[in-house]
Amino acid sequence: MILNEGRVIVELMVNHESRTVTVRPSDVLLDVLRGQLGLTGAKPGCKNGDCGVCTVIFDGWPVKSCLVLAVEAVGHQILTVEGLGGVAPVQKAFVDSGAFQCGYCTSGFLMVCHALSLNKPRAEEYEIEEWLQSNLCRCTSYKEIREALKTVFQSLS
Amino acid sequence: MIASDFIYCRPDTLKEAATVYAKLAGEGKSPVYYGGGSEIITMSRAGSIAPGAVIDLKSIPECKVLEQNGAALMIGGAVTLRSIRESKLFPLLGAAAGRIADHTNQCRITLGGNLCGTIRYREASLPLMLTDAEVVLYGSGGERKASMLTIFRERMRLLPGEFICGVNIDARYLYAPFMHIKKTANEKIDYPLVNVSAIIIDGRIRAAFSGLCAFPFRSMEIEAVLNDKTASISSRIDKAADLLPAPALADAEGLSQYRIFVLKNTLCNVLERLRHDFK
Repeated sequence: MILNEGRVIVELMVNHESRTVTVRPSDVLLDVLRGQLGLTGAKPGCKNGDCGVCTVIFDGWPVKSCLVLAVEAVGHQILTVEGLGGVAPVQKAFVDSGAFQCGYCTSGFLMVCHALSLNKPRAEEYEIEEWLQSNLCRCTSYKEIREALKTVFQSLS
Repeated sequence: MIASDFIYCRPDTLKEAATVYAKLAGEGKSPVYYGGGSEIITMSRAGSIAPGAVIDLKSIPECKVLEQNGAALMIGGAVTLRSIRESKLFPLLGAAAGRIADHTNQCRITLGGNLCGTIRYREASLPLMLTDAEVVLYGSGGERKASMLTIFRERMRLLPGEFICGVNIDARYLYAPFMHIKKTANEKIDYPLVNVSAIIIDGRIRAAFSGLCAFPFRSMEIEAVLNDKTASISSRIDKAADLLPAPALADAEGLSQYRIFVLKNTLCNVLERLRHDFK
């Protein structure tokens, strides 16, 4: 049984690298990624699980990192937008489609779209809609984001 | 950021979980069992709760089971809503799970967390009440089993230190004709005005509701009215709406009169859509 009390040193597997951090058990993953690892791609937004700007990929599935304890991530694979390396098909598609305006929500949308393209390369229209409903874009670039995702699926088919 | 500190435990067995709960409770640490963490983290961040310890159940094999063994489907309390939905093993529960929060959050929220959470809607309880699932509980006294209809009365009635190990659903219910409708005031991702789950078993309709009153419920009186073939559909629906076990909610999502209006329309839709299976 794992039991963490007080400040503890743990190893997180982030973007395929082992990273050592010192955390309190009540620290959320978002704060540790940004504050200790300098991975500021995941953004703080509502911090309540509503907006999706802090989305990262946890063992292959999207999660809101404001709703994950850092200590829970021990033994799991975390992928942030930095881990996409600027070369993921979904990133190119976003650029080509102009799928952002202010850009604050972009990393969260990229992670959801990347996870969707990996998990469901033949996603149905309703699945695309459901996955994208997890994130908010206040500049309302939804149409362009959906178009970008569709070009990714076209390249996969 | 969560301002308060707590102890984090991740037990590997049911017994370890119950034992560490008892120990921490004895030390005055106010432990809570932890599934996906959505409620515990948001409420801790807001300062509305301050647990001294959280006991993460996600490494306990029995809490991660999702399999059908012929006679029954077993779903562990730490199985996520996404997994339940994607398994397609119990489509009614999958449909209800697919309307809880949003997809990304469904990757974290667990069945046990939804059933035991403080948010009043607890949509996952509806299919389990309709199929009178067997709930497997674990606590300091070991394992015990209870029927969903006896243990879920407005909320889960667990003994101190108990947690949901899992639920067993009789296989004959899994693919019965069903409908699950969630009505919201505006956005699709929102708290409900009304959730209606309905299933046809042996030619009779069973129905359960949440969002309508302050707690989810299944009412045998309402089901008797809905199954009364001597009355017209509209008459049955009017009578059903008069048999709510508590006043309809009136809150930011909608006034009580509006909720009743939405309930009646939704029931009309359900009865119409299921009419071919409904003798």
